[in-house]
Formats: sequence, structure tokens, C-alpha cells
Amino acid sequence: MSKIHVTTTVNGDEVEFLCDPRETVLDVLRDRLGMTGTKEGCGTGDCGACSITLDGRLVCSCLVLGVEAEGREIATVEGIATGEDLHPLQQKFIEYAALQCGICTPGILVATKALLEKNPDPTETEVRYWLAGNLCRCTGYDKIIRAVMDTAADMREAS
Amino acid sequence: MVEVNLWSGLRALADGKDKVEIEATTVGEVLSGLVKAHPGLQDAIDAGVSVAVDGRVIASSLTEPVAPDSEVFLMQRLKGG
Amino acid sequence: MALDNTKSTGFTHVGTTPDRPDGVDKVTGRARFGADITAPGMLHAAIVRSPHAHARIKRIDTSKAEALAGVKGVVTRADFATGLTGENWNILENVMAGDTALYDGHAVAAVAATSSLIARDAAKLVVVEYEPLPHVTDVDKAMAADAPVIREGAADTSVPKGLHPNVVRYHESGHGDVEAGFAEADLVVEDHFKTEATHQGYIEPHACLGTLGGDGKGELWCCTQGHWNVQKICAALLGLETANLRVTASEIGGGFGGKTAVFIEPVALALARKTNKPVKLVMPRADVFKATGPTASTSMDIKIGMKKDGTITAAQGTFRLQGGAFPGAPCEFTAMCAFAPYALKNVRQVGYDVMSNRPKQAAYRAPGSPMAAFAVESVIDELCNRLDLDPIETRLKNASKKGTKASFGPTFDRIGLVETLEAAKAHPHYCAPLKPGQGRGISCGFWFNHGGETAVSLALSEDGTAQLAVGTPDIGGSRASMALMAAEELGIPYENIRVTIADTATLGYNEVSHGSRVTYASGLATIQAARDAVKKLCGRAAAKWGIPEDAVKWENGCAVPSGPNAGDFDPLPIAEITKRMGATGGPIVGHFEATPEGAGVSFATHIVDAEVDPETGKTSVVRYTVVQDAGKAIHPTYVEGQFQGGAAQGIGWALNEEYIYGEDGRLQNALFLDYRIPVASDLPMIDTVIVEVPNPGHPYGVRGVGETSICPPLAAIANAVSAAAGVRLRQLPMSPPRILEALEQQRNG
Repeated sequence: MSKIHVTTTVNGDEVEFLCDPRETVLDVLRDRLGMTGTKEGCGTGDCGACSITLDGRLVCSCLVLGVEAEGREIATVEGIATGEDLHPLQQKFIEYAALQCGICTPGILVATKALLEKNPDPTETEVRYWLAGNLCRCTGYDKIIRAVMDTAADMREAS
Repeated sequence: MVEVNLWSGLRALADGKDKVEIEATTVGEVLSGLVKAHPGLQDAIDAGVSVAVDGRVIASSLTEPVAPDSEVFLMQRLKGG
Repeated sequence: MALDNTKSTGFTHVGTTPDRPDGVDKVTGRARFGADITAPGMLHAAIVRSPHAHARIKRIDTSKAEALAGVKGVVTRADFATGLTGENWNILENVMAGDTALYDGHAVAAVAATSSLIARDAAKLVVVEYEPLPHVTDVDKAMAADAPVIREGAADTSVPKGLHPNVVRYHESGHGDVEAGFAEADLVVEDHFKTEATHQGYIEPHACLGTLGGDGKGELWCCTQGHWNVQKICAALLGLETANLRVTASEIGGGFGGKTAVFIEPVALALARKTNKPVKLVMPRADVFKATGPTASTSMDIKIGMKKDGTITAAQGTFRLQGGAFPGAPCEFTAMCAFAPYALKNVRQVGYDVMSNRPKQAAYRAPGSPMAAFAVESVIDELCNRLDLDPIETRLKNASKKGTKASFGPTFDRIGLVETLEAAKAHPHYCAPLKPGQGRGISCGFWFNHGGETAVSLALSEDGTAQLAVGTPDIGGSRASMALMAAEELGIPYENIRVTIADTATLGYNEVSHGSRVTYASGLATIQAARDAVKKLCGRAAAKWGIPEDAVKWENGCAVPSGPNAGDFDPLPIAEITKRMGATGGPIVGHFEATPEGAGVSFATHIVDAEVDPETGKTSVVRYTVVQDAGKAIHPTYVEGQFQGGAAQGIGWALNEEYIYGEDGRLQNALFLDYRIPVASDLPMIDTVIVEVPNPGHPYGVRGVGETSICPPLAAIANAVSAAAGVRLRQLPMSPPRILEALEQQRNG
């Protein structure tokens, strides 16, 4: 099957790749662009480990085809920090031990960053429902929710 | 002599006994002595056993000491998650 | 037996909560997990799996698959070692079926190709001719006289005569006279319970990358809880010499026991050998559900007698565990854990390990204990209800303590059950008012914990920093705990210690990370290795000062004279010694290679409030408190995390998670949408209380904490739900249809 040429933007950088029409954005990021920060937990859109934003909208990259990325803007976990400076969410996740194994963490960080950009003052319930599509098997979510709530408070204070 | 307590499921393999007297100063000697006294226990011991000595579960070390007055229990070897 | 040189107070680092050393890697996407590695010229693999629950494999035709462009090799059972026996044979039989497919999802062949898409296409072109056989997936049905036999001769010598050949192992233990005990009771409650199989549900699917040349030398990268075990098993299954296969553990995206087993690694290596190229194999999620994990499902009978004052007079349990198509369901641990929290004069427990046409069960956090606790603690709750007794006071009255003869035989050393019950009783949660429609549940839980073979090395650098190599993968922040313990002993900053998970060529054998052993055993090893290094550091100082070695002691990262008679020398900091170590005797490395035998057992008490919607049958957990004995919490935040994680997995097991098999013996819910683990909006905050009753078998008193936290939740939630619904729930999960059915039955009397 012939491959399709795609031009897209990932974390602000223009990239080009050839992909099979059946490949997902997740496959392309991991296998063609070597960006393995985005994780595959299920491949069916149920676990959220592969969360990215596409033109600012939170999506499961396993449910978007690579060819659909043409002309779009992709943001992944690798783009959250600015150089060596971690995003406040990243700092707070480490400080609060909001990760144990860390496999769900990239997706949860992408998802919560998208939440705080949309809603800088979410309630606990809003955070819990926003993250309901991001499975974590280690933490029971307690420390994740606390880290997100506390980051939101800090960011509101700083702005 | 050390009195070794077997779990009762082993009785059938130890001539109906659940307590066996063994001449032993280490966990290893307890196990070899058990097989010598009751060859039917060989399979169960080969399958993996631990030995609780005075309440301390010795999972695998054969060199742990055992005293004549030690409380000794044979247990199946732990497989955790 | 207490260890020499123990320490329980006056810590500098232990008990603090610094950032984990691998934190930045894990929040930036830099950490490399099982599927995150590539090799030049790498092939991708896919596995062909049986669609039948039980079928003879008559013929496998790989020719069409091999003819597809891009396919480089296909393997079947013929590509693995022959003549294996015992557990190695069982593992091989599970990794790649022989003449019979034993469950839906059993591997029968595998393909390697230049892309994963081609590999998947090729897998569909492998033609397997099956002759379906009768199947059984339920534990009680598998023990019945007319059940199809999974494998003749699989039973070991422990099984009493006259049982069905599917009963392959048997356990019986206890003491006293239970019949006499029941006769003394004012009330005897006897009940039957069932639990369904659940999956560990780690978010990272199994993944590996292997190379294996014609010279018999190989490399393997994989996500595992124990890479030495992977090395040993792969070597056996492929007929290699163990030392010729080097295994490196990737970061691990959850395990919970499920990654103590070996599934795909030998397949990747067999394909690598056949194609002479590196082969990457990543399991699709559906395969993870169908062919890895799960727990045993159970059928249990419990009988307990109690006096009016709450004294338990006798207890008896029968535990039947279905562990899939191979021996190994933890029937003995289910039985031995069942009554461990209680000091009982008369107790008897029986366990059956039963085979069926399901995947080979794997360890899941305190294997067997949560199910036993569900059944036993439900009956204790029922007794308390009917005798109008307080559930915590009743448990305190019967609680095991130091000197109690345990239900499984030996006498307990110092344990912390009473302390967890007292802390639970004093917690504001226990006396908080409940709203209408809510119920409160209590349960205790027990797990043995484990030590196991352990090797670490701690090498000092010229600037006085330290490189600690351990052999236990970091599943939940253990690098931080190791660094804290090393910092404590060396007297240097936490940040000056770099902790690495070493590969199999670098350290001696390390047992799988199971049995909550990492912080206990690798921690003990780290402390002893650091003390070994300190001894060498003191030796160098002694030589410099011209005084005996035993006249030097170590304080705050410096060698100092041990007393006024030793001489008057300024403290010699670690960096001053290491700077010159090459010229004063060579590199300084501390070692520990041994099998620590002193993992202290652990207890917990959980309190849960649940609310049941009688219209829909849906349960909400509205408040949850975990109280557990940690012995000594090295990094308290990660200890809390273990408590919370275990509770959350228990909530899933209690309320939603289950393997659902159809009449055709096929798994019907092999994806996260239908196998629903708790999501953020399902759970409340999970409160924690860390109790510290030191373990005499660890220098700082550490007890394993990873597993005990999943023992009480099933029962605690069942007791809360039963109180809220006004009807006893005896089968897990307590999903909405089951609760509606129970309410309906109650209405109909």
C-alpha cells in the first residue's frame, strides 16, 4: 500500500512524514517521529495514555489517523516544559507523588494542562470528570487530584 | 531433636502424622531429615516450602539455625504480587 | 530475632519526602518503558491466538503468511526447547500451545515482519485447523464429576484420592477442634461466597525487544517485575545458557504481580533467532486481557461461631480457586491468610487449586488474601450485626498479637493489627454520622510479605557521591526509598546518590519484585552495602591516621576518631577519602549479596462508607480510610500512595471488575471499555493513617506495604454495601445488576 506524505506541526516544530493510511497519530509520533513520550495503553480510546492536543483540542491520538494531522498543530507531553523549566503541573506532580509507575502521567499532564487552559478554577468534581478518560491504576487518583487543584490555585495566584 | 509441624494436608504423605521429630540444627537439615523419615514428602518439599522458625518465616535459606526447643512449622513457599 | 545495629529513631533522611530521583524523566516523557525502544533493522511481531476455549490443534499452515511481502519469519511450538519438565514446561505450554489450545487467547504461532501492520496482516494468514473440545470456565463446574478434564495427571501428591482430575493441588491446615468450638458458640453463621477473576490492569501492555544470534548470545529489553527470572526462563525455553542472555528491565508501567510472569519474551527471542534480526513485540490490550494476568476466581464456604460477648469460638473455611489451564492458583495462601487476623483456639482451612479453560492465573497483589478476607470478614460482620456488637471492638477482642498462635501455625512475633484497629477506632471517620441510604463497612486484612534473593552494589565516585545499583525494578518510587536509606547510612545528601536498576550482567541474582519485598529486601541490602562501604572508608582513614580500623567511626559523612583515646584528628569528609581512593587501596564499593529472611507480616484495617441507589443498583464509595502498619515508612508519601492504590484496586474488584465468559468459553469483555477499572470520577479522596510497629527483621523496622492494602477493601466495601442496601451481598463484583437482583430477592422474601 503506498504511503501518504503529511506535513504537520508538533510542539511548534514543522515536521514531515510518510505514513500508511491505517496508521494513527500515535503510531506516527512513536514509530515515525521517535517521540515515545506519548504512550499506548489500549489502542481503543479507553485509557487516555495517548492524550495529545490537536489544534488545542484534547484527543486520544490512537483514535486519529496520521493523515488527518495534515496542516494541524499537535502538542504532546514533550512540549509541556519550556527547555529545562518544568511546567507548574509537572513540578507539582513530582512534589505530590502524583505518579507511581508513570505510564499514565504523560496523558494526564496533557489532559490537565488542557483543562486549566480552559478552566483555571475547576472544582474537584470538575477535575475528576475531566480526567475520567485517563486511567491510572497505581494511585487511586487522590494525589493526582490534589496536585491539579493545588497547581490551579498557584497558577491563579501567579497570574 | 526438633519437633516439626506439618500442615495437615501433608498428613497423608507422612504416615498420618502432623508432627515429626527430626535431628537437625539448620533449616536444610530439617528438610532433608523430613524426606529421609517420610519419602512421600519429597514432592511437596521440591514444589517449594518455607520453614517458620520461632514465628519467623524462612523463605529459602537452608543455613538458618534451628534449636531443639524451636517452634518449627513447614509452610508452602510464598509467591507474592 | 533482632538484627544487629538496628535504628528506629533519630533519622536524618528516612521519613522525609523528597522528590523522586526519576521524577523529571517521568513527567517529561523521557523515561523509557517497554515499548519505547528501537534497534536498527528491527522487525515487529504479532501473535496468532486461539479463538477456542479448548481445542486440539490439528494442523498449522504458515505458508500463506510466509509468502506475504515483508514477512521474515514465523514460529510455532517447534521452535522452542523440548524435554522441559515441571514449571518450565507449564510456562512454555502457556507461552506457545503444544497440541492443544487450552483457553480463548492461547498463543499458537507468531510472525515477524518489517512493520507492525504487515505482522498483523500476516498473523491473519496463518491457518490453524482446530478440533473443538468440551470446555469449562467455572470453578464449581470444573470440580463436578462430569467436567471435561483439562489435563490428565496434572495433580500433585497433595490431592486426596477421589477428587476430579481438574483439582491439581490441595491445602489443609489449622489446629484445635472446630466442632467442639462451634458447640461452644452462641451463634454460628455459615455462608457461601463467590468472587470473579479480575485483571491486574496495569496501563502498560507487556512489551519487549530481543536479539538472539546463531552464536546463542542474546539481549533482551522488557518491562518486567524481575529480569533475572525472565533471563532464567527464556534461557530454559530456548535452550540457551543463562549467562549468554543479558536482560535489561525497562521502566515498568505497572505490574501488581502480573509482570512477575513471562509471556512474550521467549516468543520475541525465538523470532529473533529465526530471522537473525532484533524483534519487537508489544501486546495489544485485548491480548493482555485474554492471555495474561488474571487472578483466580473463587467459590468459598465460611463457618464461624461466636459467643454473645464477641469471642470467636471456632472458624472454618473452604476455598476453591480456579486458576486457569495450569496449576498454581494460590489456594494455600487464600486459606492461610483467611483467619490470620484472629487468635483462634479452633480453626480449620482447606484450599483447592482447580484447573479450567481460562488463562493461567498470575499473582495479583497479596495473591489469594483479598478473596479470603471478603468471605471471612463478611461473616464476622454478619455475626456482629446479629449479636449487636461493635465491629471494631469485636475484632480487637479477637485480634492476633505478639505470642498468638497464628491460624496457619507459627507464633506471631511483634505485629501491628491491634494498633491499626485502635487507630481506626480513634479516627474521626469511624464516628462520623451517615446519611440515609449509606452504610459503613469495616474489615481487617493480612499479608505475609517476603524477602528473597537480593544483590546490590554501591560504588563511590571520586567526588564523594554514590552510585547505587539495585536489581529490583522501580514500580512506584522505590529509587527514592533506596536513596534515602543510602543517604542515611553514608551521611551525604539524598541528591548525591544515583540509583540505577542494573541489568542481569551487572549484579548477582535478584528475585522478582513480589511479596512487597523491594523496600524491605533491596532496602536492607542498600543499608548493608552502605555499611560495607563505610567500613572501607573508615579503613582508609585509619590507615591515613595510623590508628586501628576499629578506632574510627562514621558520623555525618565523615570519618572521625571513635573516642578521645583514638587520637586527635579532624573529621575526614567522604570526598577527601574518595578523592585519593585509587592511591590508597583502589575503588571503594559496598556490597550485599544474600537472602534476607525477616520480612515482617503486615496488617491493615479499612473503613468505608458506601451509598447504594436502590433504583439503579449503583454504588458510590463516599468516604474511605486506610489504616495500615508500615513498620517504618521510609518515604511516607509513597507509602500513602501504596495504601491508596491498593484501596482503589480493591474498590474496582468489589464493585465492577470481572472476567465475563460466554457459553462458548470466550472472554466477552477484553477491553477497558467493558472491563471497567475505577476512573477518577468513581472515587473519593482516600484518607490514610500510617501505623509504625517496627519489624524486628529490618535494620529500620520496614515492613512491606505494597500488597496488604488490597486485602481489606473487598470485604469492607461488601459490609458497607450490605449495610446500605439492607441485604447481604455474597458475590463479587457487586455490580448494579447483582445489587438489583439481591434487592429483588429480598422483596420477594
